[in-house]
Amino acid sequence: MTYQGARCSARVVALGLLMLCALGIALGSAVGSTGIESWFSALHDDTAWQIVWDIRLPRSVGACAAGALLGLAGALAQGLFRNPLADPYLLGSASGASLGVAVALALFGGNPFAAEFLVRLGLTGAAFVGAVLAVLLTLVLARGVQHTLRLLLAGVIVGVVFGAVASLITLMRPDVLQGMQGFLLGSTSFIGWNACVLMLGVLLVCLVLAFALSRVLDALSLGESTALSLGLPLVPMRVALVCVLALATGTAVAQTGLVAFVGLAAPHLVRSVVKTQHNWIVLLSALMGGVLLLAADLLARLLLSPQEMPVGVLTAVLGGGYLLWLMYRSQTSRAAP
Amino acid sequence: MTATSVALRLSDVHVSLGGHEVLHGIDLSFTAGRWTSVVGPNGAGKSTLLKTMAGLLPVTGRIFLFDQALVAMDRKQRAQQLSWLGQNESASDDLRVWDVVMLGRIPHQDWLAAPSVKDHAVVETALQATGAWHWRDRSLGQLSGGERQRVLLARAMAVQAQVMLMDEPLANLDPPHQVDWLEQVRCLTSQNTTVVSVLHEVGMALHADDLVVMQAGRVVHQGPCADAVTHRAVEAVFDKRIAIHALDGQWVAVPKL
Repeated sequence: MTYQGARCSARVVALGLLMLCALGIALGSAVGSTGIESWFSALHDDTAWQIVWDIRLPRSVGACAAGALLGLAGALAQGLFRNPLADPYLLGSASGASLGVAVALALFGGNPFAAEFLVRLGLTGAAFVGAVLAVLLTLVLARGVQHTLRLLLAGVIVGVVFGAVASLITLMRPDVLQGMQGFLLGSTSFIGWNACVLMLGVLLVCLVLAFALSRVLDALSLGESTALSLGLPLVPMRVALVCVLALATGTAVAQTGLVAFVGLAAPHLVRSVVKTQHNWIVLLSALMGGVLLLAADLLARLLLSPQEMPVGVLTAVLGGGYLLWLMYRSQTSRAAP
Repeated sequence: MTATSVALRLSDVHVSLGGHEVLHGIDLSFTAGRWTSVVGPNGAGKSTLLKTMAGLLPVTGRIFLFDQALVAMDRKQRAQQLSWLGQNESASDDLRVWDVVMLGRIPHQDWLAAPSVKDHAVVETALQATGAWHWRDRSLGQLSGGERQRVLLARAMAVQAQVMLMDEPLANLDPPHQVDWLEQVRCLTSQNTTVVSVLHEVGMALHADDLVVMQAGRVVHQGPCADAVTHRAVEAVFDKRIAIHALDGQWVAVPKL
């Protein structure tokens, strides 16, 4: 039957995206200021080995994992809020993370992408704590998760207020400005193996949970009342989904800063390729997010080589362009009979 | 359960929305295996009544589904016995028709379990019955308003509940599909399914077995559609701007000019 065919195509897309991820990681390990030679000489040359194994590979794997976390979070946000423009940063996690980093920078000084392990860990922790606190505050202000609009508004309020406080701190301590800006743009440059393992672990947990809860998202797409009439325990499931969303976003933001648009664009790209249920959408969006951030990371390293751009700039430009195209397309398709 | 048992019973039900009481003490009972239409002017509380009976709104008063208190029922058990089709419910454009109708099987499925052979068969039957089978692979966004409504109808039917509550099921349907729907409801009631529908078109509503006439949050009349008293009650709530006449063994409502 044909519905079987549609499910197969979701599998094909998943396989394709997995292959793209693998290709991207392979390419990522071969691209850099020393070029592909490091790749060939890695086995007998210690420096080359270090470049490939300790810098390029974790960076590429990390970009893929962070992108996957954002793509997953984006799919959850769009399903949960039943709004195609919902993105993972919606619940205030982004501004919470930036406030956390601003506070940490103001207290300890320094560059957020400094290689010193302790500073790095401290900033990552501050970003994560900030993101979680902001999401919790949003939940408190919205008095739970039942009321979607209230939740969105509370997220906006928390975002604006936390953002303002972060800006104020930056203004009062101009020395943290550069570091702050780097964080706000997002970067994949300094992801180590520890961060990779952490992100991959969280990704696995989030994927399993999201997959198990995806049926609620399917039912919610027919409206809240219909979902309720189908006998689904909406409240606990929504709470669980918001937690997964916050955990995935917080983890990604803490490691890579505010990478723009990946979480918003990945689910859209998936849905434009294949129409299917949310269990597949969630999985495919994670893979798509991984591919997107990997590709952006590669481009960021290639375009100005041997210099590099912050990957967030690229995702913002590409994502913004894509969104514009999407908007234009939906307008023209609506105008058509 | 005999054919004359009561499927749904409401006793002194009050419902408030946004601080305003919109249903003022509803007492109603619906006989199993019969089709009841709810009619009344705009804002009479018809949709609220249907939502209330589906257990979707907080109420004071008591509602019984086959002699069990609705609030005390297990969520899943209630969902198996009672299917609700809302009016103007926003549905995402991205879901495929097949997947939408399969959602109607959720009350019968275990968590994470793949759809059974029976689920597939029921979904196929529902899609065939509403004439939506041919576009089962399309997404909702690719359908017209009427086609979409037929898919949502199939979703409600796929629950295979003993009680079906439908709010404006004929919205956007063209005449042939309205007749299809009438036939499907007759088929459902012949299998002892209880159907309650809100219909703004009085002519369609008069095809039901019974009529509930509402006005300003109260039930002003409940009685058989063929009864002259019922007809007078309907004419009264619509300010006597319509008249009900017999035509070829059917009842029709015509505007009084």
